[in-house]
Amino acid sequence: MSNIRSAFANGKAFIPFITCGDPNLETTAKIVRAAAENGADLIELGIPFSDPTAEGPVIQGANIRALAAGVTTDKVFELVKELRKDVKIPFVFMTYANVVYSYDAERFMARCCEAGVDGIILPDLPYEEKNEFADVAKQYGVDLISMIAPTSEDRIAMIAKEASGFIYVVSSLGVTGERSEITTNISELVELVRKNTNVPCAVGFGISKPEQAKAMAKLSDGAIVGSAIIKILEKYGSEAAPYVGQFVKEMKSAVVSD
Amino acid sequence: MSESKGRFGVHGGQYIPETLMNAVIELEKAYDHYKNDPDFNRELTELLNNYAGRPSLLYRADKLTRELGGAKIYLKREDLNHTGSHKINNVLGQALLAKKMGKTRLIAETGAGQHGVATATAAALLDMECVVFMGEEDTKRQALNVYRMRLLGADVIPVKSGTATLKDAVSEAMREWTSRIADTHYCLGSVMGPHPFPTIVRDFQAVISRESRAQILEAEGRLPDAVIACVGGGSNAIGSFYHFIPDEGVRLIGCEAAGRGIDTFETAATVNTGRIGIFHGMKSYFCQDEYGQIAPVYSISAGLDYPGVGPEHAYLHDIGRAEYVPITDDEAVNAFEYLSRTEGIIPAIESAHAIAYAMKLAPTMDKDKIIIVTVSGRGDKDCAAIARYRGEDIHE
Repeated sequence: MSNIRSAFANGKAFIPFITCGDPNLETTAKIVRAAAENGADLIELGIPFSDPTAEGPVIQGANIRALAAGVTTDKVFELVKELRKDVKIPFVFMTYANVVYSYDAERFMARCCEAGVDGIILPDLPYEEKNEFADVAKQYGVDLISMIAPTSEDRIAMIAKEASGFIYVVSSLGVTGERSEITTNISELVELVRKNTNVPCAVGFGISKPEQAKAMAKLSDGAIVGSAIIKILEKYGSEAAPYVGQFVKEMKSAVVSD
Repeated sequence: MSESKGRFGVHGGQYIPETLMNAVIELEKAYDHYKNDPDFNRELTELLNNYAGRPSLLYRADKLTRELGGAKIYLKREDLNHTGSHKINNVLGQALLAKKMGKTRLIAETGAGQHGVATATAAALLDMECVVFMGEEDTKRQALNVYRMRLLGADVIPVKSGTATLKDAVSEAMREWTSRIADTHYCLGSVMGPHPFPTIVRDFQAVISRESRAQILEAEGRLPDAVIACVGGGSNAIGSFYHFIPDEGVRLIGCEAAGRGIDTFETAATVNTGRIGIFHGMKSYFCQDEYGQIAPVYSISAGLDYPGVGPEHAYLHDIGRAEYVPITDDEAVNAFEYLSRTEGIIPAIESAHAIAYAMKLAPTMDKDKIIIVTVSGRGDKDCAAIARYRGEDIHE
């Protein structure tokens, strides 16, 4: 069983997303620790990419700031290695196919394994293209996370059957970013997934408030929040860790409440 | 390892968010159906001939030939098409296809504005809504085309992210498509992006070489020795090459925008300076750093200012069937002025890259040799920018 499953072992999971190096790697380390101490079950670590086509303006901004601060894939691996000395919850990278391809997929997965990264999400790598990275990811014990979208329909069974780690259920059409309401029938999507696999489902895109996280987690196995955390970083910069910690605490308590 | 659909050698594929997968699958199915549908083809031919003005001329440029003193030069005059460039060939095809699919709204990216203008034109004609994404930098370089698009009823959205040029306009159009798929077709302007776009756009642009091959056989009784076209994403080039690919004696030469030179960082010459990568839905050559971050490319030509190249070009390069040569800003501007003076034809600054290489190549060839150069668009839109390049400030 992959380490990622442990994130879903204690009730509903809360999964924060952080772009590594926004505004610098020291701050990222503090935020990861604050999130872990305040109840995050798994942390999505973004490796910045110059042209993040699945992201809305908020996370695009985080990518730009991180790259401007000189963050590279190698520096992110160093950060994870350092964090792994005391942070035990699963880490999942979130980046774009070219970052992995350019690094050499095998070398990338080997370093994930060595540094203690449990999985990877590549939003521009659909089912049809996953073989390119799936075999080598498996070889190094890294779960390649599958995504399911409101438009997936007849594709859900096929995707779910080959999923590992957890399934990232995209809540809405469009790119990442806060939304006032989520109109997709999430329980229908999750039900279709569950007919085909027992891999847990976490819902992301558009969740920013405790009540949204609670509602989404109720329909699935967990909630993922990115842009709302990046906004805290935008506001407080290198002083953001305690504020992110507080936010994670509120969100976690919302997702586990009845 | 099994290769996915839409491959050109190792290049191509479908590297896009799951949200868009059913949309591209639906597009592929519709295209596979309509490309063989006689009614669809009749309608498209009618539009191409009686609206866009095809077939375009294959013009024997005697004066240019005489002055350069070598191979005989023919110009494939895509600049004479309605809307002023080759872009209309693809747009009419895609807009008609989208209409058949029940879509009511077209979105598009544009660099120089030519594709945006063509899309806005087709949308006006076919009663469709139109939104064009254009890098903010390009809206300044090509202000006239922004006005034309708005005049045609399109919304033009200036894109401020990244380098605010063509690549960012593509990214933004893709983002828009993921948020509104049901009624919207993404009318991609070049032979790039995820499958099936590189194939669809190539097929619609292949009309260029279907005509020019027949026209040169008619005029000269033989095939040309070389075909030259400019390459950004590469749609006019693949259209110019396509029907000559099986003719091994015909050299196929794509001219990339070298900007200030391929030994500088201010270049957009992807095949000459890039590496294989994955971006904008496809595997191909891209200008990028050692960590795969896409490079902020540069060219005087907004239409060639793109860090990638279509996957079929990448493949033609890999197998040695086509050559890709770099042309600098200086060379292109000289060619822009030279063709205007010698033949009375003002080419688009994009097309001037192809003219520039013909100016180098023709004098090295015997007089009994033949070159076809595609003039992909007309240069009216570029006059103000070229004047600025020469230190003259004119109001458009």
